[in-house]
Amino acid sequence: MSSTQELSKDTAYADFMARAYAMELEANERYTQFADQLAMHNNVEVAMLFRKLADIEALHAKRILAEMRWSALPAMPVPYAWDGEAPETAPFESVHYLMQPYHALEIALRNELRAEQYFERIARSDAPPSVRAAAAEMAAEEREHVELVRAWMKRVPQPSAGWDDDPDPPRIVE
Amino acid sequence: MRNSVSLALAGSGGAGVMTACNILLEAAAKAGYFALMTRSSGPQIRGGEAAAMLRVSTFATDGQDDRFQVLAAIDWQNVARFAAELPLGPESLIIGDPAQAAAPEVFLKSGARFAPLPLKTLAAQVAGAWPNMIVLGALAAMIGLPPAALEAAIRSALKKNVDAGLAAARLGMAEGAKLDRFPLAPPPPRSARWLITGNEAAGYGALRGGVRFVAAYPITPATELLEWLSPALAKVGGSLVQAEDELASINMALGASYGGVPALTATSGPGLSLMIESLGLGVAAEVPLVVVDVMRTGPSTGIATKTEQGDLNLALYGLHGDAPHIVIAPNSLADCLAATQWAVELAESLQVPAIVLSDQYFGQARAVVDAPRVNRHAAARLTAGAAAEGYKRYALTPSGVSPMAIPGTAGITYTADGLEHNERGTPSSQAADHLAQMEKRARKVSQLDPGDAWASIEGEGDVALLTFGSCTAPAREALGRARAEGYDVRLISLRLLAPAQPERLKRALAGVKRVLVVEQNHSGQLLHYLRAHYELSSEARSLRRPGPLPFRPDEIYRAIVNP
Amino acid sequence: MNAPLSAPLVQAKDFKSDYKPVWCPGCGDYSVLLAIQKALASLDLRPENVAIVSGIGCSSRLPAYTSCYGFHGVHGRALPAATGLKVARPELTVLVASGDGDGYSIGGNHFLHACRRNVDLTYIVMDNHVYGMTKGQPSPTTEPDWTSKLAPAGTGVREFHPLVIALASGANFVARAFSGDPNGCAALIADAVRHPGFSFVEVLSPCVTFRPDQRGWKDLVHPAPVAPTDDPARAARRIMTDDGFNIGILYRGNRAPYHGAAKAATHAAAELEADFRIEETA
Repeated sequence: MSSTQELSKDTAYADFMARAYAMELEANERYTQFADQLAMHNNVEVAMLFRKLADIEALHAKRILAEMRWSALPAMPVPYAWDGEAPETAPFESVHYLMQPYHALEIALRNELRAEQYFERIARSDAPPSVRAAAAEMAAEEREHVELVRAWMKRVPQPSAGWDDDPDPPRIVE
Repeated sequence: MRNSVSLALAGSGGAGVMTACNILLEAAAKAGYFALMTRSSGPQIRGGEAAAMLRVSTFATDGQDDRFQVLAAIDWQNVARFAAELPLGPESLIIGDPAQAAAPEVFLKSGARFAPLPLKTLAAQVAGAWPNMIVLGALAAMIGLPPAALEAAIRSALKKNVDAGLAAARLGMAEGAKLDRFPLAPPPPRSARWLITGNEAAGYGALRGGVRFVAAYPITPATELLEWLSPALAKVGGSLVQAEDELASINMALGASYGGVPALTATSGPGLSLMIESLGLGVAAEVPLVVVDVMRTGPSTGIATKTEQGDLNLALYGLHGDAPHIVIAPNSLADCLAATQWAVELAESLQVPAIVLSDQYFGQARAVVDAPRVNRHAAARLTAGAAAEGYKRYALTPSGVSPMAIPGTAGITYTADGLEHNERGTPSSQAADHLAQMEKRARKVSQLDPGDAWASIEGEGDVALLTFGSCTAPAREALGRARAEGYDVRLISLRLLAPAQPERLKRALAGVKRVLVVEQNHSGQLLHYLRAHYELSSEARSLRRPGPLPFRPDEIYRAIVNP
Repeated sequence: MNAPLSAPLVQAKDFKSDYKPVWCPGCGDYSVLLAIQKALASLDLRPENVAIVSGIGCSSRLPAYTSCYGFHGVHGRALPAATGLKVARPELTVLVASGDGDGYSIGGNHFLHACRRNVDLTYIVMDNHVYGMTKGQPSPTTEPDWTSKLAPAGTGVREFHPLVIALASGANFVARAFSGDPNGCAALIADAVRHPGFSFVEVLSPCVTFRPDQRGWKDLVHPAPVAPTDDPARAARRIMTDDGFNIGILYRGNRAPYHGAAKAATHAAAELEADFRIEETA
């Protein structure tokens, strides 16, 4: 994730913000997909939790739009790119139909930690000062999120062993 | 003077019996007669025994007569194998080269007389001539074809050695004039006529119906249909893809039709068996499609080169689940055109697969027919416009037909699905959706109004011949003979086999006391279908036998007059 | 306004339908779906000009989850249906979605001939080495010693090698992708769609229900260490000797695609009657 492109001196503040925006948007998308998947599999509780997480990311995205006074979406610039998927986007394989809220929060925690690391690295890079300042601000914000998620995790029960046991076999569909 | 004469020309590989018979057919056509050529051959690809059969008549028919007047053989190698297909009588004449072995006993025991004709010796008199041209000339003279017609036919048929061919044919005519003659009555008044095979007629009907995509897997006896279509499609801006198997060919056709291009595939029983699952997809996803089944003798590989009406059950009942679809059977060689065109129209307008049940007899026979009146309208499919408000691909309409979205049209995309679905096309396993869609699919097929096209009805009377397909011509000829003798008989030849038309048949059978169901299969598939869907009088009798022997008019006639 | 109006991420949403997948949460096919949507968006295509054809199986549910035209046909026959569609409607972009059972077992013959025919299609096979919809039976790509109810001692039968078969049969583009990297997968699919002729993308797409061991694939995959080649011999050596987790374009050929005979009409259909008319002698 430490590509030379990230460190390029040519990067603009807007580019950085566009990336940040795309990151939030992708996170929103993925949480929404997880919510849909869990809803389809009748895990309403976790579906609602993912929906909530999706809403939070959408809010962040909207905030960036407002801050930048963008009325429409910018293209995703190459500078500040990440390898693979965005830092706040969990892999599709992270979910399970019997998962519990605690698992969903583990995913959220992973995402927030990765986001924090991403911004932190840019804040400490030799990017233009405006970008570094913004990245530092965002890293701090993500740190707050990490703490919020950790606190949230304490409020939900920890899954017991065998949480993914299903007494029935999988179903034949076609 | 005769109104009909039947000739057979036999010989083994290299004898040129097919070429000679084709020339005779063309000569008869040019002379203004009707004519029908059928063929039978051994299993060899080259060099096998073969028999070409030609009926020349003053009236249009695609049926065979009771007996052949002349059997001419260039040699007798294995020709006895065709004995059952070449019935002779005491009035018949057998022509053979005395230099060859004697004519087989199986032919002679019919009482037919033998007339020697030294074919090889005669042919040797003309440099570059072949014995088949000698026979050709002799046969033409025996039935009284004008020399000008024969010459014109030879000139257009032979690619090389034309002069030798002409000289040999003249020599043959001189010899033929010395033999017993079976002179034809003068030809009927001139009219527009075509010389065509059933397979060509089906292909042409498909094109006139609007088919512009064909997927093909070679199979006897449907191959010629596909071979005719290949260059023809290129001329009209369509395309033909040779598939890797019939599973592929039907799915290619479904894919093209889903894309909005009317599509067809042609096959025979073994191929139709492979296609059946995907025909069900066409029913469920409501994708128009035409499959021409040129039936051959089954089950399994059966007798690939010979005819039988044995696929009726498969065409009617083969599909799993309740799968309403169309089955149409042409009832003459020329009707292969109209029936196939009609199948395209119904498939397109009802968004449903249609099976055309032709057979080897129609498909590979070549005949002079009255120029068919071709429906000038290509089929039309009900399609949806871009961004249609509240579009539902499988909307429950009164007719059952719902507008089809064609790929490329914005705002109404959908997924065509073999899974049961709701009106939008979304997969659904709910009983209510299954019932509603099932009824929609049944409704559009059952509501079709075939008008008079559902059957050919001829004659009046309390005896009815009920048949379909290639049994129609012999039944018609039997009917003519019986009526000429004062029997009141009617003929009902079904064209629309599915959906069944019980009300129409009930009206057509009004006043009938005795029904004779004529079909060419072993188990009586038509009879059983009729019994399941129609009210038949208890006096329904089955006249049936498996292929490949065609019905002869006399056996049907006897069934009419001897209850 | 100094920023362009659209971003691929947002356009990808244009390719989503409102019908929600029934795949198990965690399934790799979600990722392949997203990758296809992103690829189509990156190619600036419109959903109505794209058709996705499929057969039967988990992967074959994919078309309905997109806003493109979809064709969900019978088991194993997606490639022929797509061939017919593309030949009849060459202006459409046609993708085929399949799985290892649908594509390599019941549809195996069509695979050979589609590669050979080289119609301009993109064939995306989501390979998880197992039949999912029928509850975990071995497929042609299943390891011989993998045990299941149907084959309690394993099949003992060697795996099918789809990439080698594709190359030998004449596919014009052969790539391996991994569902765990949706963006990389999207880029490969976009390349496949762009490449003329028959393009084959084998996507390793784990089945979390019947093959939870495949969660380990993410640690095994690695980018192909060499550039794509148009030399089938080099590609064959590469494909036959790699570890099965080599991700990228492994072959990019330059055979001309099959277009079928379709050209502009030169005749009205009625003109063909002339061949049948009899010219009588006077």
